[in-house]
Amino acid sequence: MIVAAFSDFMQQVVSGLASGGIYALLALALVIIHRSTGVINFAQGEMATLSTYIAWMLIAHHGWRYGPAFVATLALSFVGGVAIHRVVIKPVERGSVLRIVIVTIGLLVAINGFVVWEWGGEPQQLQSPFGTDTFSVGGVIVAAHDIGTIVVALGIVVLLWALFQFTKLGLALRAAAVNPEEARLVGVRVSWMLALGWGLAALLGAVAGMLTAPTVGLDPNMMAAVLIYSFAAAVLGGIDSPLGAVVGGLLIGVLLNMLSYLSQYGIFDWFTEELRLPMALLIILGVLLVRPQGIFGKPEVKRV
Amino acid sequence: MNPRTQRVIGVVAFAALVVFVAVLPSFVSDFKAREYSYVAIYLIALLGLNVLTGYTGQISLGHGAFMAIGGYTSAILMAGNEQFGGPIPNGMKDLWTLPIAGLVAGLVGLAFGLPALRLSGLYLALATFAVAVAMPSTVKRFEEWTGGGQGIQLFGIPERTGGISNVHVLGRSFTPNEWMYYVAWSIALVAFAVAWLILRGRTGRAFRAVRDSETAAVSSGVSLARYKTLAFGISAAYAGVAGGLFAMANDFVNPDTFPVALSIFLLVGIVVGGLGGLSGLLFGAIFVYYLPLWSQGKDLGSILPGRILEETQKQGGAAIVYGVVLILLMFVLPNGVGGLFRRVGQLFGRRRYSPPS
Repeated sequence: MIVAAFSDFMQQVVSGLASGGIYALLALALVIIHRSTGVINFAQGEMATLSTYIAWMLIAHHGWRYGPAFVATLALSFVGGVAIHRVVIKPVERGSVLRIVIVTIGLLVAINGFVVWEWGGEPQQLQSPFGTDTFSVGGVIVAAHDIGTIVVALGIVVLLWALFQFTKLGLALRAAAVNPEEARLVGVRVSWMLALGWGLAALLGAVAGMLTAPTVGLDPNMMAAVLIYSFAAAVLGGIDSPLGAVVGGLLIGVLLNMLSYLSQYGIFDWFTEELRLPMALLIILGVLLVRPQGIFGKPEVKRV
Repeated sequence: MNPRTQRVIGVVAFAALVVFVAVLPSFVSDFKAREYSYVAIYLIALLGLNVLTGYTGQISLGHGAFMAIGGYTSAILMAGNEQFGGPIPNGMKDLWTLPIAGLVAGLVGLAFGLPALRLSGLYLALATFAVAVAMPSTVKRFEEWTGGGQGIQLFGIPERTGGISNVHVLGRSFTPNEWMYYVAWSIALVAFAVAWLILRGRTGRAFRAVRDSETAAVSSGVSLARYKTLAFGISAAYAGVAGGLFAMANDFVNPDTFPVALSIFLLVGIVVGGLGGLSGLLFGAIFVYYLPLWSQGKDLGSILPGRILEETQKQGGAAIVYGVVLILLMFVLPNGVGGLFRRVGQLFGRRRYSPPS
């Protein structure tokens, strides 16, 4: 009984880490955009869904293999993200908060509509690159897809960190986000750096979407809930902290699974699947109230 | 224009609106009357949201959720425990549930206003968006109160006045659609007048001070905590009444009656109506109700060429149009239709006007 309970517990932790990895990727996308342009991108989830549909179309309709389809999708998403910034976001960037919110909401509605218009509302199947195998590690049954998701998510995080930390481009990206005026003075093309930030965010979203689809099924509203969990993750970690986004994502993924797990054993038995989203809302509100800068963020100081 | 002539113009315009609303059903079909009652319902919700977003500068992407609270309060009170053993023993007459719907939503709004004090700008938008997204699943969780995914059926129950049969008042007979129209518009006009009374004086000035600069407001002795939570409470109470009316007009509530899209539409309506003014809100309400229909190619949309119309009538086409129109609107009319009016007004008379930040 106890052994069974323990292996069940470990399974929940692993699958929590896997979904947490996805939240981390999308949260990272939100953080990159917020750091560089000060915008919270409500369309981030829909952009990811669109990317995933493109990958699915290449595989299912055009007979591409997974690998090339994956790479092509990332490239297209990157270009798409850059284009969205240049065409739609840049004109309102300096306007009021409300205008920016409405524009990203407009993007959300339009992209969601486009997906339904082009591919219909019924759910589709996207295969997992890691297959559907499960294997047992010391009595704990884990899915290959979950392990693959964790590895890919962490791998991407490390790559991104290296890009920001060790390359000249990364330095320019950071400079443009932290201090646009002085960056411009030393010759950084700030506006293009911001556009690159949007491109990177779209790319992260594409990976998150392609990892989400095999488990929950590909449908036009697939990322709506994931976006809220990622918001919660970004807020929990600190909305300007990339490290925080990753830690926050993993924490939220494991925490929600833990609540489901415990409710089976009579602890927190009020918790049902319907309460996952409201729980994320509570986390967002709780963090903003108790520690608005999140775990890793620095408190914001405002000059009057 | 001095303030006095301005006020006279305002009163005359309001009186004209009242007369227009009163006679309109005689000139349109019965079915249209029902459609127009939805415009009134959106107007009430927008009046509330305007107090919060237009006057106090707090963005809410979750007003559909406050409408849901009002709508469910009304529906639960009306249905009683006849359908699924709800918590209230006997059904209440529909109109009496509306003040309670407003009160319950208002109290929830006040309670939410407290944490919202610590949030500003984008963060508040984010938190309220999460409220809107979380609302349907919360409703499903508390099945014993809300009927879960099945929802609450109100069609033809005795507590609904004018649900199926005509209503006789003051020697006149109203069809159910006309009755709904007059109920919704009477409440909307009263709500409009009340909003005007609240906003024209000390309270409205305090709200605007908070919006324009929190720091300046505090140093002038305006209590941020008091006015920001008050704005949330008033705003949510309006949304609650609108939600109760929505439940009546719809004769049915379920978790999909108040989707995330509703919250989005309301914020859009307020921006289109022009923030911080009351006169533009009517346009906002019309926009909220009709743009989704127009973008499906109904009424106004039929002036489009046939080929485009066919595409927009495909599933999802309407949403594309809606989203693109929204983005374009933000490019060309940053202050909404109301802002356009004010700009035109400024051409004719010198008026001091502080644009909402």
